[in-house]
Amino acid sequence: MSTIRIHIPTPLRAYAGGLATIEVEAATAGEALAKLVAAHPALRAHLYDADGRLRRFVNVYVNDEDIRHLAREATPVSAEDHVAIVPSIAGGRRAPAWATGEDGLPPMSQEELLRYGRHLILPEVGLAGQRKLKASSVLCVGAGGLGSPLALYLAAAGVGRMGIVDFDVVDESNLQRQILHGTADVGRPKLDSAADRIRDINPNVQVERHAVRLSSENALDILARYDVIVDGTDNFPTRYLVNDACVLLGKPNVYGSIFRFEGQASVFDAKRGPCYRCLYPDPPPPGLVPSCAEGGVLGVLPGVIGVVQAIETLKLLLGAGEPLIGRLLLFDALAMRFRELKLRKDPECPVCGEHPSVTALIDYQQFCGIVPADAHAGADDISVRGLADQQRAGDPPMLVDVREPHEWQIARIEGATLMPLNSLPERVSELDSSREIVLYCHHGQRSQRALEFLKQSGFRKLKNLQGGIDAWSREIDPAVPRY
Amino acid sequence: MRLELSRDQLAQIHAALERAYPDEGCGVLLGRGDGARQVAEVMAFENTREDSRANRYLIAPGQVLEAERRARAQALDVVAFFHSHPDHPARPSAFDLEHAWPWYDYVIVGVVRGRAEATTAWRLRDDRAAFDEVEVAIVAPHAARAAADPAAEE
Repeated sequence: MSTIRIHIPTPLRAYAGGLATIEVEAATAGEALAKLVAAHPALRAHLYDADGRLRRFVNVYVNDEDIRHLAREATPVSAEDHVAIVPSIAGGRRAPAWATGEDGLPPMSQEELLRYGRHLILPEVGLAGQRKLKASSVLCVGAGGLGSPLALYLAAAGVGRMGIVDFDVVDESNLQRQILHGTADVGRPKLDSAADRIRDINPNVQVERHAVRLSSENALDILARYDVIVDGTDNFPTRYLVNDACVLLGKPNVYGSIFRFEGQASVFDAKRGPCYRCLYPDPPPPGLVPSCAEGGVLGVLPGVIGVVQAIETLKLLLGAGEPLIGRLLLFDALAMRFRELKLRKDPECPVCGEHPSVTALIDYQQFCGIVPADAHAGADDISVRGLADQQRAGDPPMLVDVREPHEWQIARIEGATLMPLNSLPERVSELDSSREIVLYCHHGQRSQRALEFLKQSGFRKLKNLQGGIDAWSREIDPAVPRY
Repeated sequence: MRLELSRDQLAQIHAALERAYPDEGCGVLLGRGDGARQVAEVMAFENTREDSRANRYLIAPGQVLEAERRARAQALDVVAFFHSHPDHPARPSAFDLEHAWPWYDYVIVGVVRGRAEATTAWRLRDDRAAFDEVEVAIVAPHAARAAADPAAEE
């Protein structure tokens, strides 16, 4: 124990009898301070907080070292040592919680306040709701027709983190409705043009690119990272996959689908209502429901349905309004009419019912009865090159076009006969079963169905033109227009 | 309670805080006196906060020691600290109160869109419950210098 001299800073002298230096007997810095406070109790409130800890802005130096860098209050002191109490000066304006994020929600900048001004004055959104959006995350499955308006509006609205799953490349035929991508983007991965467009609309949005085909192997890992999943897919296997994964993860699935002039939308949230399987327990037989590539779609239609999905997503994130749960919204663009169907949760539903039989993701291609493309390549197929060779050899097969008359008007293969798929049953008699017949359509799906139908009717010498008239135009005759 | 400084000294404080905008700027005033204080020198400091500089400032103990040494050499005291509230009123915040020392005067300048506007000064009560406002008085330069440094006749 030695006699230690403690230097008192000017502001504290009034509480220490006006003295600049006080001597105490102590072995450590902590003991020296304790003796100081015992002798001058008025100092206590200024040196220690309510819990008895040295205040953060009170610094104790032994010689030239802060005791926080030594042994703190256990720092030993001896007679030669000089102990000083040194203020550090801190403060600052009262920053509101929205600017500092002290309340746990993300902070907002002045730029963001101006950007979201029209939201901030809506009582249903307001500053708290806008910060909720910033804290939230949405996964768009697909950056196509539905994904385009969805991603654009959700980004503009200020959703904080957006994931996009897509492995496709922008094609000319996308531009009529997929407004996320532009003419200059043709040939680029859709994820890249989507990320560029979103960054331009709202640089505050964090974009996460998933350049994969969603599958039973990766779906749970990807979907688990988001609050809301938005389904913008155009095929049944992915639609069932997204549904089942959402049920298993307990996440809401904002559903939309489009065909020609009609669309539908709903919110499937198995915790609060039915799921997609309650509505459609079984997928349609493959080929029965044509895709947009086969059946066509009005370019503006995904705008309407995608925007309905975007609105429902925002409502879910904000907890505002009445979500489209347990209701199926039907839209008919030609009649310009919205209708609504009530949906009930099916207690027997294999995924979200009382005794679910699907408790893990399954093989959705098989579930939807889809045979992998290479499985039917072979006996029944003929390539466009094979057909061209046969024609050149002077032994042309009978060429039957099973598309619709309006497609025939756009483009046809020289020498073909038009027999739309639906008219085949009445016109079978026009076909000569002893001759080889090559069937074609736009891409090869409809002609495959025609081939199966004719086989059942007893025809044997049938071939399906692989890739349809589109492949013919690309590889054999560029004079045939593509559409 | 009164804090007396010259127009030039106030201009020095404002210039330092405008330079720091949009961050908070800060510094030390050397002088003498107790009830009414006369400022002798303005020392602008770097805000040593590494985060939240737009709404927090920190003068590290090393900087305070430097200011104290400089004050002692001229027979002065560190009498006040100044800092800015960028785009915010020149009134002490709860954070200022929580971190305040007694005895010193705290000068706060509201800097609005990069321009120094209102200047106020405050002193902590003994019970740490609140600040009392200190009058900021602009005095003629010779009066300020003479009052602050009567010995320094050149």
